[in-house]
Amino acid sequence: MRMDFLQQPFSWYVAGPLITVNLFLLFYFGQRFGISTGMKTVCAALGAGNKYHFFKYNWKADSWLLIYILGTVIGGYIAFHFFNAGAPVVVAEKTAAALQQLHIAANQSFEPAEIFALQNAFSLKGILLLSIGGFLIGFGTRWANGCTSGHAIAGLSDLQLPSLIAVIGFFIGGLLMTHLIIPFLFK
Amino acid sequence: MKQLKFLLLGIFFGFLLAKAQVISWFRIYEMFRFESFHMYGIIGSAVLLGVLVVQFIKRSNLKSINGTPIVIEPKANTYKASLLGGILFGLGWALVGACPGPIFILIGAGFWAFVIVLAAALLGTFVYGIFSDKLPQ
Repeated sequence: MRMDFLQQPFSWYVAGPLITVNLFLLFYFGQRFGISTGMKTVCAALGAGNKYHFFKYNWKADSWLLIYILGTVIGGYIAFHFFNAGAPVVVAEKTAAALQQLHIAANQSFEPAEIFALQNAFSLKGILLLSIGGFLIGFGTRWANGCTSGHAIAGLSDLQLPSLIAVIGFFIGGLLMTHLIIPFLFK
Repeated sequence: MKQLKFLLLGIFFGFLLAKAQVISWFRIYEMFRFESFHMYGIIGSAVLLGVLVVQFIKRSNLKSINGTPIVIEPKANTYKASLLGGILFGLGWALVGACPGPIFILIGAGFWAFVIVLAAALLGTFVYGIFSDKLPQ
């Protein structure tokens, strides 16, 4: 069989079940799926535990997670360099129309250049936007004790109420940003 | 060598999310506008099957690869923190179009702007750690 399908974008019904395979294998390997914890691990490994007790724990027990995260970086490299992952992302027609209002071209090769091309990312607006976004992700996931992987995938699979509440929070924040703040930022 | 399986699984996961376009800003924007089924299909089917997998693990008393019982710890019952932290994370997720996993995958893919996002996310994690006692849990 030719490997053509690996050059095409994956459908939801391929990707969703394969995420569950990943979830199961992590349980089987004796660990728990949760990527944002890796950022806490990095802070702890850099010595934050010397001063702040939140980071004072046996972070070496999480070394598997740092190796897993290194794997995801390599996986991204392989997908983009050998399997055509950077093909244009074709969005819904309504989304394309909304993007026009924001002066962001639709159906670009993967990420909007208006935000992520280096000359834009390293403009004053770009740096502010990306730093504030990143800060909210780091601060928010730690406060909520998890992100999309730990709460939305692992937590909901285990029918955890705190995870359901967290996911509702993700959507409140995401809807506010998408419908109220982004139109203001890119008008 | 015991850690090699985690490296391989990470490669699998990073490759998968990249090929499913889950890590694209456009897909997240589209999701929060409810204009495509793609992201909902992915998360929904992953969770639906995940519920079955977790029930299977619990009911069959499946042992891990090391021969120890698989213990799935419940998440801490910190509802205020879940909601408030969740809202802050959601704001950031929709703005940069990436949650923590995709940040790393995108750096691997060569989108260097995400180095800024990662540095800021590490700073956010650090600052949370400083103030964690003073925030509602």
